[in-house]
Amino acid sequence: MTSAAPSELPYDPTAPLTPTGNLRRRLIVSRVAQGLAVGAAFVAVAVLAIVVFDVVKSGASVLSLDFLVKDPSQYGVGGGIRSTIIGSAIIVAIGAVIAVPIGVLIAIYMTEFARPKSRIAGALRMGLDLLQGVPSIVIGIFILGLITLPQHEDTGFAGSVALAIIMLPLVARSAQEVLRLVPSPLREASDALGVDRWRSIITVVLPTALGGIVTGSILAVARAAGETAPLLVNDSTAPPHLTFNPFGPMPNVPVQILTASEALNPAGFATAWGAALVLLALILIANVGARFLLARSRRKLTG
Amino acid sequence: MTERDPDVTGTVPNQDVVPRQRIQTTAAVPVPAPPPQIAGARPEPARATVFDIKDMTVFYGTKKALDWTTLKIYRNLVTAVIGPSGCGKSTFIRSLNRMNDSIPGFRLDGQVLYHGHDIYAGATNRVEVRRRIGMVFQRPNPFPKSIYDNVAWAPRNLGLKSNLDERVERALRSATLWGEVKDRLKVSALSLSGGQQQRLCIARAIAVEPDVLLLDEPASALDPVATASIEDLMHELKNRYTIVIVTHNMQQAARVADRTAFFSLDPHEHVGTLVEYDDTNVIFSHPADTRTRDYVTGRFG
Repeated sequence: MTSAAPSELPYDPTAPLTPTGNLRRRLIVSRVAQGLAVGAAFVAVAVLAIVVFDVVKSGASVLSLDFLVKDPSQYGVGGGIRSTIIGSAIIVAIGAVIAVPIGVLIAIYMTEFARPKSRIAGALRMGLDLLQGVPSIVIGIFILGLITLPQHEDTGFAGSVALAIIMLPLVARSAQEVLRLVPSPLREASDALGVDRWRSIITVVLPTALGGIVTGSILAVARAAGETAPLLVNDSTAPPHLTFNPFGPMPNVPVQILTASEALNPAGFATAWGAALVLLALILIANVGARFLLARSRRKLTG
Repeated sequence: MTERDPDVTGTVPNQDVVPRQRIQTTAAVPVPAPPPQIAGARPEPARATVFDIKDMTVFYGTKKALDWTTLKIYRNLVTAVIGPSGCGKSTFIRSLNRMNDSIPGFRLDGQVLYHGHDIYAGATNRVEVRRRIGMVFQRPNPFPKSIYDNVAWAPRNLGLKSNLDERVERALRSATLWGEVKDRLKVSALSLSGGQQQRLCIARAIAVEPDVLLLDEPASALDPVATASIEDLMHELKNRYTIVIVTHNMQQAARVADRTAFFSLDPHEHVGTLVEYDDTNVIFSHPADTRTRDYVTGRFG
């Protein structure tokens, strides 16, 4: 049964379903906004792609087995990156050993022990956010006064402590976010079984969140691995020989890149590019691996 | 359906020991009639009291959630708590093993005596309270671990490590889940169906042999078949445990409970109050309070 359009409606419901009124204008605005958002996303990816491409293009020519297994030459020109990569790895590893347990414990305090809306936890969270915003050179100078100057010597360990301070807020905040994802009914369940909180945390909450905590820690470590300023201040005078003693000066990649690039010599630039490529590759691999782990642990959490 | 007789007529507690609970409210409530005699009630020896709750009043911050509740819960009976949404049923049951402690602003006045010991006394440790008073929640909440590890988790952490396999099997058998899972104990508990998960949670709770099992709407997230298996399970379990169950399903209360407490929402103050507490068949066949009658006959407004 058909009938004429009811006169009380302000439009004709039987008209074809093409845009009418100001819908045409609204559609255009919507498309423009969408275009801007997509464009911005492409800019971000493009910047990354250009950086990676440039580093690969300039660094690939130096890259060889020799480059990886030789120590740098005295003034940063030529030579390889063996001692600096190993030095960087040791410095970063010590930093992680300091920062990750403390960061995870801070996160456990904030999510598991502090009362909701606790003032201490709130202050702590703000402190961590501020610490995250402190320029790394400031942390470097702080450690210079605290460790390096009293020791009268650059040490890898001083660099480790500075990097640990940089990692700490990243580890704590990311672990906190993951612990928050652990469903609270799990905590209720373990509470209701008459098991104390700490045992619940180590046997239920932490295993459930483990993937995410590991991921967050890897991301924090990767971020700190590329930090240069604290190492320039605290660990930049090492001879280029391989050393495993963190309590003495330790060669490391960021400082090597800096000295090589300041050599005003094409061979120096090449070394800097090569070292930059290796550093970038390691950090990208760590990032991608960490994100893969995170995705897996998310799937586990959601059943 | 409200006339349905629960099969508990023979286990009526001694009426002299169980004073009928009446709560004073600001609402104009007719003076309660004297307790009707229960047909067929045989004099029974008084059952041991597990919970002796005196004047329990619960606040969340400044809001009063539950007012002036006084009742006793008896050993090896199923006690049901029924009432409309927001009447304080969950608040009540969660206050029995201090699960509300973690809620900001929670405060409890009055006394909750468990075998004569004050649950909220300063010397009482809430972890120890929960070790003896287990709880199963509305939504199944198995740990993201294997079926075996779910049941074995609490015994392991409480130091009950001897004969763990045997203990796990016993708990799963008691929860009538053993037959369904015995060949896949190492499989993740999250792969079980909702009803199986809930029975696993019950098995997990009884693996540490609690004295009391608190069930907070244990079947409300389950389908009728799974609900029926949980109800059958309760009949089995009450021989060994004292069970308190919150349910919004009156038929369920009528089917499983020996004693039933009806809570209601005070229409003026919006505070949950205990209206009537009696044997289940009394509550469902000839309740003393008109509000109870209206609720159990579905005339509740």
